[in-house]
Amino acid sequence: MFAYIVRRLFAGVIMLVAMSMMTFVLFFASPIDPARFACGKICSPQQIAQVRKGLGFDRPVWEQWKDFAVGVVKGRDYPADKSLQKSAPNLVAHCAAPCLGYSNVNVTTVRDEFKTRIPVSFSLAIMAFIMWIVGGVGLGVIAALTKGSIIDRSVVGVSLVFFAFPTFFVGLFLLKFLAIKWGIFPVPNYVSIANGGVWNWLVNLVLPGLTLALFYMAGYVRMSRAFVLESMGEDYLRTAKAKGLAPRKILFKHTMRAALTPLVTMAGLDLAGLLGGAIITERVFNYNGLGKLAVDSIAVYDLPTIVGLVLLLGSFVIVANIVVDILYAFIDPRVRVG
Amino acid sequence: MSFLSVRDLVVHFPTVDGVVKATEGLSYELDRGKTLGIVGESGSGKSVSSSAILGLHRGTNAQVSGEIFLDGVDLLKINDESIRRKRGREVSMIFQDPLSAMHPYYTVGNQIMEAYRIHHDVSKKQARARTIEMLERVGIPQPDRRVDDYPHQFSGGMRQRAMIAMALINDPGLLIADEPTTALDVTVQAQILDLLQDLQREFNSAIIIITHDLGVVAEMADDVLVMYAGRAVEYGPTKEILVHPEMPYTWGLLSSVPDVVGDTDAKLIPIRGNPPSLLSPPPGCAFHTRCDHRDKVPGDLCRTTVPELTPARAGGNHTKRCHLANPDEVYATEVLPEIAPETLEEQG
Repeated sequence: MFAYIVRRLFAGVIMLVAMSMMTFVLFFASPIDPARFACGKICSPQQIAQVRKGLGFDRPVWEQWKDFAVGVVKGRDYPADKSLQKSAPNLVAHCAAPCLGYSNVNVTTVRDEFKTRIPVSFSLAIMAFIMWIVGGVGLGVIAALTKGSIIDRSVVGVSLVFFAFPTFFVGLFLLKFLAIKWGIFPVPNYVSIANGGVWNWLVNLVLPGLTLALFYMAGYVRMSRAFVLESMGEDYLRTAKAKGLAPRKILFKHTMRAALTPLVTMAGLDLAGLLGGAIITERVFNYNGLGKLAVDSIAVYDLPTIVGLVLLLGSFVIVANIVVDILYAFIDPRVRVG
Repeated sequence: MSFLSVRDLVVHFPTVDGVVKATEGLSYELDRGKTLGIVGESGSGKSVSSSAILGLHRGTNAQVSGEIFLDGVDLLKINDESIRRKRGREVSMIFQDPLSAMHPYYTVGNQIMEAYRIHHDVSKKQARARTIEMLERVGIPQPDRRVDDYPHQFSGGMRQRAMIAMALINDPGLLIADEPTTALDVTVQAQILDLLQDLQREFNSAIIIITHDLGVVAEMADDVLVMYAGRAVEYGPTKEILVHPEMPYTWGLLSSVPDVVGDTDAKLIPIRGNPPSLLSPPPGCAFHTRCDHRDKVPGDLCRTTVPELTPARAGGNHTKRCHLANPDEVYATEVLPEIAPETLEEQG
């Protein structure tokens, strides 16, 4: 098992290296000149060249990527050009290892920027995750148990309605009615536990969390309904019934356990994706999370931040995959290798 | 009254296309210590009718009627909770494929202990001791270690042994074995059948063995019930039926059994055609579409009227469902020479 995890982690690192290269190549494949964009509307060619040199965009892509890779391992100074460092030593920014880059747009290292953004996105993701798992799986099981009835149909139908509505609509709807019009919840504004305590943190997360959860829930209702129905048809459930086991025990010990495996896969990967930020929900509720950062930095061609985000989100997905595989071994004894 | 008495059992499944008549008016009796073999093709209602004894159709859309008396209690009249308490304790069932019949995520021991603890208020330790004892009884080597294995770590034969241990741990009066050896290879089959017989002697239980293998029936069963399209077509003591079958479908079954000991050149004659649809069974005798002897019956009776279950010409407790006036003669002169010429030679 240990060797397996090490092997998977190693493969993950190689994947991240490849992803960072891809991002550099794609960034410079864009028809828009990032230096010109950074310089502003009225810039002479000389000024643009100077900006390009300052941002290090004048050098070959390959060397820029190499600088980035060295920075991750050893740390580096910005700007990279030695002559610029000499001419204006007071403007040199040091970025300690592991350095993901220095963003001239945000005037801080990418890592520091992430440090302020990650708690926001994580809080939101975990809140939504708990809501949709409890709601989605719970309702899915209820739908499966009442298959064909009016309860089943309305649960599946309503969850599809929320799935079909775009997130910004549901988000704005909740914001307008629950927060602004009826005042049941405060207008959400991210408050960290350190600043406002657990309660404030939680209350402010309810609406954005719910917005995301309602979207994800539809999939989980349908999937857990299908998984439970599928495992209900298994021979071993007939055995459990023939033993004289009470229906409740059959459901929780035998049916749910079997339905768990595919749900864990789905949940693991969805959570990993969401940890990297919910672009629309963060915008609607004005949460400064990773999703909002991604949109903002792409809009201003902020290469260091983009590369950093790609790697961060990529590593979430890679780690989630490994965690899901390890969980499999705990759930299904057939997966355990001796 | 017998220990188990099934009377006019009807199991219907309403579907969007119509009613599937899986079992129609099935009746049989079974005493403790005796074995009944139920034989028939896939989809003839063998499993469906037996599952009804455990009330496994409850909570589905199946319509079950008739009477099933077990030890004097009508299992179709009692409520869900009462039938649940009887499952596993008074009636147990073992299934065809022991790998899929066991939960892959729990150890064999866990699943057997569970069966015991449902009906006995004992500690985990006691249940475990009893489980190991049962595993030993069914011939699992090193039961104290194998009890913690998962089903996939067992071989096919061992899994079926473990299933038998699970089914018998509460010492039930009736054991229903639904094709218990179909998924096993031949040598293991014989071991499992021997084991069932030993355990039957030990616990004096009644056994219903569902199979399509007449060899299994010949070895195990005191009585045989041949089912076709949801109905009993021939019912009686095993010896009677194997020697003097009076229903063309039973002849067909006998003709399809390969004879490995005697004349290996003898023809293996399959029953032509396919089993009828239970959704819209043919009118009259359900077997008439595949019967070679229907023209011997005057007045097109086979195509129009369902034959009653009537006493066989050979007498005894043997009944059959056939319009033929002289089935014993037809069998002796037309069927037997085809399928077992050597028997006639010996006699002649």
